[in-house]
Amino acid sequence: MSETSKGKIVKVAGPVVVAEGMTGSRMYDVVRVGELKLIGEIVELKGDTASIQVYEETTGIGPGGPVADTEAPLSVELGPGLIESIYDGIQRPLDDLVEAEGSFMSRGSSMPGLSREKKWHFKPTVRQGAEVGPGDIIGQVDETTLVKHKIMIPPVIAGKLKSIKKGDFTVEDTVAVVEDGNGREHQIRLMQRWPVRNARQTQKRLAPNTVLVTGQRVIDAFFPIAKGGTACVPGPFGTGKTVVQHQLAKWVDADIVVYVGCGERGNEMTDVLTEFPKLKDPRSGEPLMKRSILIANTSNMPVAAREASVYTGITIAEYFRDMGYSVALMADSTSRWAEAMREISTRLEEMPAEEGYPAYLAARIASFYERAGRVQCLGNPQREGTLSIIGAVSPPGGDLSDSVVQATLHVVKVFWSLRGRLAYQRHFPAIDWLTSYSFYKQYLKDCFEDTEQGEEMERFTVEAMGLLEQEAELLEIVRLVGAEALSPKDRLALETTRSIREDFLHQNAFHKVDTYTSMTKQYELLKTVLHFHKEGLAAVDAGVDTAQIFKLAIREEIARAKYISESEMDKISEIRERITEQTKQLAGSAVS
Amino acid sequence: MRSLKEYQTVTNISGPLMMVEMVDEAKYAHIVDIELADGSIRHGQILQVERDKALVQVFEGTSGIDVERATVRFLGRPLELGVSRDLLGRVFSGLGAPKDDGPAIIPDKRLDINGRPINPFARDYPNEFIQTGISTIDGLNPLVRGQKLPIFSGAGLPHDKITAQLARQAAVLGKEEEFAVVFAAMGITFEAAQFFIDDLQQTGAIERAVMFVNLANDPAIERIATPRFALTAAEYLAFDLDMHVLVILNDMTNYCEALREISAARKEVPGRRGYPGYLYTDLATVYERAGRIKGKTGSITMVPVLTMPEDDKTHPVPDLTGYITEGQIILSRSLHRKAIAPPVDVLPSLSRLKDKGIGEGKTREDHADLYNQLYAAYAHGKEAQELATIMGEAALSDEDRKYMAFADRFEVRYIGQDYYENRTVEQTLDLGWELLSMFENVELKRIDVKLIEKYMPRFRSKKEPQVDEQNTADAGTAEGTE
Ligand SMILES: Nc1ncnc2c1ncn2[C@@H]1O[C@H](COP(=O)(O)OP(=O)(O)OP(=O)(O)O)[C@@H](O)[C@H]1O
Ligand SMILES: [Mg+2]
Repeated sequence: MSETSKGKIVKVAGPVVVAEGMTGSRMYDVVRVGELKLIGEIVELKGDTASIQVYEETTGIGPGGPVADTEAPLSVELGPGLIESIYDGIQRPLDDLVEAEGSFMSRGSSMPGLSREKKWHFKPTVRQGAEVGPGDIIGQVDETTLVKHKIMIPPVIAGKLKSIKKGDFTVEDTVAVVEDGNGREHQIRLMQRWPVRNARQTQKRLAPNTVLVTGQRVIDAFFPIAKGGTACVPGPFGTGKTVVQHQLAKWVDADIVVYVGCGERGNEMTDVLTEFPKLKDPRSGEPLMKRSILIANTSNMPVAAREASVYTGITIAEYFRDMGYSVALMADSTSRWAEAMREISTRLEEMPAEEGYPAYLAARIASFYERAGRVQCLGNPQREGTLSIIGAVSPPGGDLSDSVVQATLHVVKVFWSLRGRLAYQRHFPAIDWLTSYSFYKQYLKDCFEDTEQGEEMERFTVEAMGLLEQEAELLEIVRLVGAEALSPKDRLALETTRSIREDFLHQNAFHKVDTYTSMTKQYELLKTVLHFHKEGLAAVDAGVDTAQIFKLAIREEIARAKYISESEMDKISEIRERITEQTKQLAGSAVS
Repeated sequence: MRSLKEYQTVTNISGPLMMVEMVDEAKYAHIVDIELADGSIRHGQILQVERDKALVQVFEGTSGIDVERATVRFLGRPLELGVSRDLLGRVFSGLGAPKDDGPAIIPDKRLDINGRPINPFARDYPNEFIQTGISTIDGLNPLVRGQKLPIFSGAGLPHDKITAQLARQAAVLGKEEEFAVVFAAMGITFEAAQFFIDDLQQTGAIERAVMFVNLANDPAIERIATPRFALTAAEYLAFDLDMHVLVILNDMTNYCEALREISAARKEVPGRRGYPGYLYTDLATVYERAGRIKGKTGSITMVPVLTMPEDDKTHPVPDLTGYITEGQIILSRSLHRKAIAPPVDVLPSLSRLKDKGIGEGKTREDHADLYNQLYAAYAHGKEAQELATIMGEAALSDEDRKYMAFADRFEVRYIGQDYYENRTVEQTLDLGWELLSMFENVELKRIDVKLIEKYMPRFRSKKEPQVDEQNTADAGTAEGTE
């Protein structure tokens, strides 16, 4: 990167530095600030005066210090080596930084996002002489056991493939040369760069049409997210936003997972780093880390880099989507990102809108989520990629009228509302089944190979949700006039909803078996809970006292069914048989 | 050393802030000395520099500063603490000056009190159980080394006794290692600070303690620096001298108020309740300094204490703290009124790192299932209690009544303990089983059947009635259902 030294600092206010003499600089150019060469980005230009958000602590910076312009916008490096990486908000590799500088972050380090030494084995998939254009896949690198990294022609380049070679290359080596219509040659390398604030191009946007299976029962069965869809998880502190995000990062049925820890805890990133290599992808049996990329700009790291971190993450995610993969991005927490925007905006002395947030807050949030979607990727061969975004939101006091929550709800299609009350009861995931929603519910049935099963599942979820709604009313009655006022059928309904809540919706993320439930097992479990309800109703009709139904030994088995492993699923249908047996027996003795 | 320039160009004073003009070497976040007409020295830090103007926050406050006669020296460095092993056993002011009659510290090195963020990749996951001897913590909300677990208290609640008990008892099972306690007092009363110091003195732990004390009548703005001094000392002890450090920050609400004062003086757009919009980030730069680091022996475990104004958990200080820390211990006024001590409000309290620190080989295999069950049962009991207050006990089902009896017993026997009672984790776990023995196995849905079979019989077979005074009647029915 060339650096032209020209500007002079005139003001320092926390993460914002103002410099004069910046003629010719462009918005969003990356600059190096002060003698320490802190990394910053121009966020406002007025004449030759530039306001710069600095991605590092500005202690010790003062008027008169130099500012150098790199004359390039904030970009990420895209190529082999991304998978299994952990980056800060501006794609500096945190693992390499520890090695180079120790356990604490120092300032002014510039370390490339992709290793310059490491060699990758490149296998061409097109021949010399072929006509290629933007986005065309010309070969691949087996980056990890889970990820075949497709090498694509960068946007804007098109022409004839003059040469292409197989072999071991670093990301900077030329692997192919394209000659364009004007006879100009373009070197194609394993790595390309992309400015993070611009969405990567696609051929065409398509509507999401399949469910992204997460293995989390309340989500998949009741509030599913689609491949290419958007979801948000708002909730007060400690209600399980991060656990939901981690669970999804672990179990989601995606090819690539990008996890952005944006202004949250350092230990949560460590948790991911220590756990993912040990966990196996339920589909391939490979360690989950082999499809994951982490961006960690924790709450104590500089605020401006936090602002950038979500863009770094989404750009990397788009790049893998462009290869035709299904990518899931988790951002925890988008509120911290919004707060970073607010802080920069305050220092820029912009006119604040609600709660001090800048007026462009909603627009920024919307355009971030707009980068999700199912797309027809650019280039040949024809392929479809999806990028799903799941954003956590941390509203002050858990108040959903918060600006960030509201702006997010305007754009996302799935809402998982976490409730403090449920979390105190240790009902996890604390997703409120009465207020959450999903616009992708209709695709649930297609998750099943067996269409009949799919349709049945759809009916089950409708029935279960109906009961849960009824529960709220019944509990109100109990509160007002006492449990005596309930009819036997209502009592049974209350027991069933308790069972739906405790035996189906409740899911312990830290339990070996319970942490992930396949669609088929979800079907089996829900069917079992509802089977008890059906048989219970029949018994009530036969004159059986509800107390006796509730005492049936089978109930303990229902409660423990979720701990039955995936490989022993027939044990769940056996439970159903015993439900029938035991209730029939009761009914029989009631008649006699 | 280069000579320091002096300026007599203070132009403006407003609240705790002071503007100095015609300065040519002011750097952001560096510190200044301010010499008053009477020769006394105050300390300040640069909050913003624009051309030749520096905006300075004065830690000791600006009252008495004379615009005409004050001399400002720019020291060309950030606020620092000189560290060495001799910090142990010493008491400092909120600005890091010795406050006891000990000698000046001859520092090994001087450290910027703002520290530097731990690289997330360098962190080691906290997973070593600390036995505090307090059942509500060890049994239900286990604390692990490197965790930050605040106490959300309220005016008049006994958080001081709890922090003293923690400082006295906290130990890692089966390990004899170097430990230290770092205590930062921010705006607390002389009495509260002295209580803590006396307590450490009695047990001899004072030798292993470092204190930074800013009392209620000390300058408010100083409080912004106090926890940073404490944490700088803690980092040195933990990561240079390999000690396990327990940091107690008391009271973070006062700290936040000092920040609010600065923000108001700067005329910043206020956030909720007048606190600045960057309060979250600011608190994070304090709390995130807790942790463990790969390849280093020592650790920093942090227990910040804060008082919730009007016991309101959604107040910005507890709210933002909860968003950063790894759980929270909440104190309950109603338990305190019932004379149950320590009055830990079990249901909303949570240690988020508990799962990594417990179980076989760490505490005991039954630990996780057991606390899940105790929680569930207590929650059910509390709900029943509530229902009973609204509708009268007659309206309760037998089941509800049983859980209510459980909740009462649980509060008295499990939550309640003496401030000098140091329960082992086994005692705490066994107590849990004993209390649960009033339920049938089927009701213990959250415990693995194998564990019930292994641990429960001991308590079931103890047939002599385990009844405490106030619950005699209920306990009878409960046992009767078996
Ligand atoms: N599915 C779950 N199974 C078991 N425990 C859970 C589950 N979800 C949440 N928890 C518990 O709740 C705690 C808090 O969850 P989490 O850290 O995800 O909260 P959060 O909403 O991200 O909070 P914050 O906003 O402060 O980051 C966890 O440490 C865990 O103890
Ligand atoms: Mg979280």
